[in-house]
Amino acid sequence: MNFIQWALNPWGERIPIHVSWDLLWASAIAGVLFLIVHAIYVGYWAKPVAESQNDSKLAAAAARVPERVARHSFGARTFHWVMAASMFVLLFTAFLPKVGVRFSWVTIHWVAGIVLTISVLYHIIHATFWLDFWSIWPDKQDVADASRRFQRALGRATPPLKKFGKYPLENKLFHLSVLFAGLAVIFTGLFMMFRVRTPFFTRNPYLFGDMTWGVMYVLHGLAGVGFVALITAHIYLAVRPEKFFLTKSMIFGWISRGKYLEHHDPERWPVDEGVPEAGQSKAPEVVI
Amino acid sequence: MAVIRDVIPTFELFQPVTIEDALALLARHGAEAWVLAGGLDSFDWFADRIKRPAAVIDLSQIKELSEVRSVGDGLEIGAMTTLTEVVRHPIVREKYGLLPEAAEAVASPQIRNQGTIGGNVSQDARCWYYRAGWPCYRAGGNICYADTPTGMNREHAILDADRCVAVNPSDTAPALIVLDAKMVIRTPRGERVVNAEDYFIGPGTDITRMTILRPGDLLTAIRIPSTWAGAQFYFEKVRDRNVWDFALVNVASAMVTSGGKIERLRLAMNGVAAHPLRLKTVETAVLGKPRNEETAEFAGKLAIQGAKPLQSNGYKVPLMRNLVKRAIRGVVGEEAA
Repeated sequence: MNFIQWALNPWGERIPIHVSWDLLWASAIAGVLFLIVHAIYVGYWAKPVAESQNDSKLAAAAARVPERVARHSFGARTFHWVMAASMFVLLFTAFLPKVGVRFSWVTIHWVAGIVLTISVLYHIIHATFWLDFWSIWPDKQDVADASRRFQRALGRATPPLKKFGKYPLENKLFHLSVLFAGLAVIFTGLFMMFRVRTPFFTRNPYLFGDMTWGVMYVLHGLAGVGFVALITAHIYLAVRPEKFFLTKSMIFGWISRGKYLEHHDPERWPVDEGVPEAGQSKAPEVVI
Repeated sequence: MAVIRDVIPTFELFQPVTIEDALALLARHGAEAWVLAGGLDSFDWFADRIKRPAAVIDLSQIKELSEVRSVGDGLEIGAMTTLTEVVRHPIVREKYGLLPEAAEAVASPQIRNQGTIGGNVSQDARCWYYRAGWPCYRAGGNICYADTPTGMNREHAILDADRCVAVNPSDTAPALIVLDAKMVIRTPRGERVVNAEDYFIGPGTDITRMTILRPGDLLTAIRIPSTWAGAQFYFEKVRDRNVWDFALVNVASAMVTSGGKIERLRLAMNGVAAHPLRLKTVETAVLGKPRNEETAEFAGKLAIQGAKPLQSNGYKVPLMRNLVKRAIRGVVGEEAA
């Protein structure tokens, strides 16, 4: 299997033109393999996390925790679902024609791409200036805990683990992957719009040389097929029973006090206020 | 890119005698198979060494594909019927005069003797960038060389382009659309009959194909119902060389009038879009209107709505407008005569 499709341009230069569309299947299989391996790991090897907080500290923190802990504001949830919808449209319009479903997809694709770009721009500004920017990035504690979890799964004794902050490590890693893949498709996609007719730019297929265009198409394709695996994994994790409360929080905006105390470390994710029944949270957050 | 025109690459040649055998061969060789009808498009590709199929399925020995027969209230023309046979067939001439007129406009007598109606409607785009083997969109690449600031695009599309701006080169296609023809396709899953209008696809739907045929599919016949039999027809083809050339633009129409007013109209053109274009808006807009210069003028202006010429094919806009006018007026002229 070739990873990249090559061609000769009119000047006889060998240039990349696309990724091999076989990678679409490779990515889909990788996504399915991930969920199988993860399900087996959780079912058979993963050990329960030991309580790492001392009781008095936990009790003091618990006393301040409201019944509903605000997790995602309305704006953040709206961003997530707009991004999700545009992502699905992008994936369907990109790959259904590749698997034999024929329809006129180009305009729908770039319109969805514009929606994705605007929503991501909003998210970057929102997360940078109004939210706790660093809460979604993996930190030293995450790495140490991941290492300990793995050792525990292998049956070795480790020091006590800490609970997660606002976001579990899986969330953070997924966000990081989506960040790179998303920025890759957006940057390359915006330039690729110069190759088609849109109301935004004067079409200019000679904006870059053939090699640069080729690399751009390959990057766009790689990130695109990568999203197939990423989205498969994301949906799988979203519907897993032990993580479903996080998915619900992306709809309703809050998690229960019990779930908060069960899964989150009040030191790493301090909560001082709850969410009114139909109100918005002011708690710091980053959404993926 | 060097183009070698002496020896075509080797391939395995099959000459099945039944449709079933042909389908079995197509199924066996999949995307590596090439269906050969008259060979007038195919051998260009082979000689230029741009298409290199492993297996060529020559349909010339399948007799049932070369028959013209009456079915129900219309005609069924085998896909391997030559254009000359279509031109000369008495029933076709008598009832569906539009089709022989269009078929007779194809290329030269020698080519019409060899070329088939199935091949004519299924031939590939004639864009020279594509035919030269450059990695354009239609060839699976990521650029249209014709739609560039310096591209040679005099013959290309002014409507419905989507990345690729090549046009469909068929002369019989608009005539078949106007006659409401049905394309009979044998697929691995059985027989499929589609309207001629839906047989052709644009680059937005699939940029690498001109028709809905997929690997393994075979166009076996074209059925022409009596819907438009005996109507007033008009066909005109404008080309650079009147003795032998592809159309710059062609137009086909069928009209039924009553009391001096247009009762029914079908209008299709080729050479203006990536696929043969049925002008439904014009058809609807002129219904019930009198057949006169004013209606023709109105139809012509309506037809070119949305046209986006490239830098070298702006002439196609007035050409399209005038051909539509003439299609309406021509019919009027015949009626008057």
